[in-house]
Amino acid sequence: MFTDDAGKSGIAAGGPGNSAESNRRTGGDLVQLVTPGGERVSHPEFDPWLQDVTDEQLGALYEDMVVIRRIDTEATALQRQGELALWPPLLGQEAAQIGSARALRDDDFVFPSYRDNGVAYCRGVNPEDIVKAWRGNALAGWDPYTVNVATQQIIIGAQTLHATGYAMGIQNDGADSVAVAYFGDGATSEGDVNEALVFAASFQSPVVFFCQNNHWAISEPVRLQSHIQIADRAAGFGIPSMRVDGNDVLAVMAATRIAIDRARRGGGPTFIEAVTYRMGPHTTADDPTRYRDANELEDWAAKDPIARLKSLLERKGLLTEDLETAVAAKADAVAKALRAGTINMPEPAPMDIFKHVYSTPHSTLERQQDHYSRYLASFRDPAEAASEEGAR
Amino acid sequence: MTQMTFARAINSGLRKSLENDPKVILMGEDIGALGGVFRVTDGLQKDFGKHRVVDTPLAESGIMGTAVGLAYRGYRPVVEIQFDGFIYPAFDQIVSQVAKMHYRTQGAVKMPITIRVPFGGGIGSPEHHSESPEAYFTHTSGLRVISVSNPQDAYTMIQQAIASDDPVLYFEPKRRYHDKGEVDEALDLGAALSLEKARVVAEGTDVTLVAYGPLVKTAKDAALAAADEGVSIEVIDLRSLAPLDFATLEASVRKTGRLVITHEASQTGGIGAEVAASITERCFYHLEAAPVRVTGFDVPYPYSKLEMHHLPGLDRILDGVDRALGRPNSLSGLEG
Repeated sequence: MFTDDAGKSGIAAGGPGNSAESNRRTGGDLVQLVTPGGERVSHPEFDPWLQDVTDEQLGALYEDMVVIRRIDTEATALQRQGELALWPPLLGQEAAQIGSARALRDDDFVFPSYRDNGVAYCRGVNPEDIVKAWRGNALAGWDPYTVNVATQQIIIGAQTLHATGYAMGIQNDGADSVAVAYFGDGATSEGDVNEALVFAASFQSPVVFFCQNNHWAISEPVRLQSHIQIADRAAGFGIPSMRVDGNDVLAVMAATRIAIDRARRGGGPTFIEAVTYRMGPHTTADDPTRYRDANELEDWAAKDPIARLKSLLERKGLLTEDLETAVAAKADAVAKALRAGTINMPEPAPMDIFKHVYSTPHSTLERQQDHYSRYLASFRDPAEAASEEGAR
Repeated sequence: MTQMTFARAINSGLRKSLENDPKVILMGEDIGALGGVFRVTDGLQKDFGKHRVVDTPLAESGIMGTAVGLAYRGYRPVVEIQFDGFIYPAFDQIVSQVAKMHYRTQGAVKMPITIRVPFGGGIGSPEHHSESPEAYFTHTSGLRVISVSNPQDAYTMIQQAIASDDPVLYFEPKRRYHDKGEVDEALDLGAALSLEKARVVAEGTDVTLVAYGPLVKTAKDAALAAADEGVSIEVIDLRSLAPLDFATLEASVRKTGRLVITHEASQTGGIGAEVAASITERCFYHLEAAPVRVTGFDVPYPYSKLEMHHLPGLDRILDGVDRALGRPNSLSGLEG
């Protein structure tokens, strides 16, 4: 429950950070639990957080990653075919998104950016709803409260403050859920992200800052955003941090579990830097060949997150034909449904433009709505209008 | 009825909201132990605790962005922006998040956030402490913008704003904080004039004079002075700047045929422009003269020794009234 005492629970500020944690690591070496070749390496600090991961769950993580890559590929194709106006591919970031999202509880609340479609998928967002905004059929595809995922934020970094405020609310409610902010390396230059880190630290709020360092903010390399390792910045805010291999789904999952557990137990915020790579363009409107070296992409292709988990499964004898067949069938089915759902998506009605601007009637807007409906009606065939009038 | 200052009336309204709804949270800089730089939140942290009356880090975007998160969680944050000129760091969160969230989520996520902004000049302040930024927000769909002019409205409308499921910017005229007035603290909110409504504060037949916030008092004084000369001014306190209550404005202009609008904010693209344009559209044939604006100049807010030239005072307003009436005035003989 909430108390006024700083540094315990509640959003009262001013005290030192919670010191119940003995191990509050800050940045440091990149944590990797599975090598690019698929070899599981032990890690005394992280391994305990994965003890309960069964072979079946490893297979499920593999399925998630394959399916989200397939959704991503299908959406890119739909854009190329003119069915979507734009699409921001997450290609290469599957482990970072799936590993973190699968570490959350249903009542945790996610504040994602526009590229976090893998996270949305894991939380139960229908793939059709994920592409809805990119088709122009809505500004956002889902009701946040049905999946505990906020709509995807386009203003870079703004959602980190929303996550922090939500976490302050969790504290006041005396709940033990956690808010998670997803953002990229470019966002760390934004004032909002820095302010969110200040607020989260001062109030010791249960929020996890999950930064996917995918090395590129459209055409700008990460070195332009930060002169030091991004994870190392957290120390300046008094926030513990971890730097993990973002293409290693197990390292990501373990780190997220550590951070979530700390937040749940009143230990305050954690910053995770998941080091990954945006293998595709910023969006389908972008051309990365203008600003980055093909060799770099090749290097990262060798660290592909899905290939890596596949190798691990193979080494463990888990990559059965049954699994491969089932995963391929699921990916095919999801892609097929996504394509059909996209193409058959109902068109919005013209007067929907006026809906939900306010939650209560607004006289100026009502007048504009009335005038526009009269304008639209002026195009109707008079006979038809008369017969409609008569039918009433 | 209790006699109290404007600042005290807001304080009393905030207290009532804190008592009535456990989801109400006050946030801002120095609002706790200090009670705010204007003491508007005096004593509230002591009575409601640090988790209800929250001193925040000194970061306006941070305050606004965390208020969005709290609203997401079901809270009703009441944010204090210490001075008008300090609101701009929060502009992005207000315009891109607070204003648009309900529309973006098709009504799923409400933003019942009240943003209190002490605004306006006349107190001899340094730069950034005397601005009137309301038009930036009236131009932004999704926000409601109100300005209070007297202790009773201050008390009532802060509670109505907090109870509103839409985000409300509440502009309080800082130079009137110490003005006293009668406040009925037992007034039923449901029976009070709604948040969207303007009020005719002085009836008249010759000219409609529209004001809000700090200039309502000046406008009333102008009406009294004009009455001595046999000119009957109807003064309207807009109260709501977005939406504007055109029904009340139209009824008055149809009666008087003349319109003068005054505000401290600069002229171009201001509230006066919107009132003049809309009234011209809606009751052109009832107008006997072109609408007149008496406003701050299109200058950055000046240093305080010059502010009384910038701020519309009684005489400048009456000069505008003369223009609307076609009587001799400072611009007589000038075209347009």
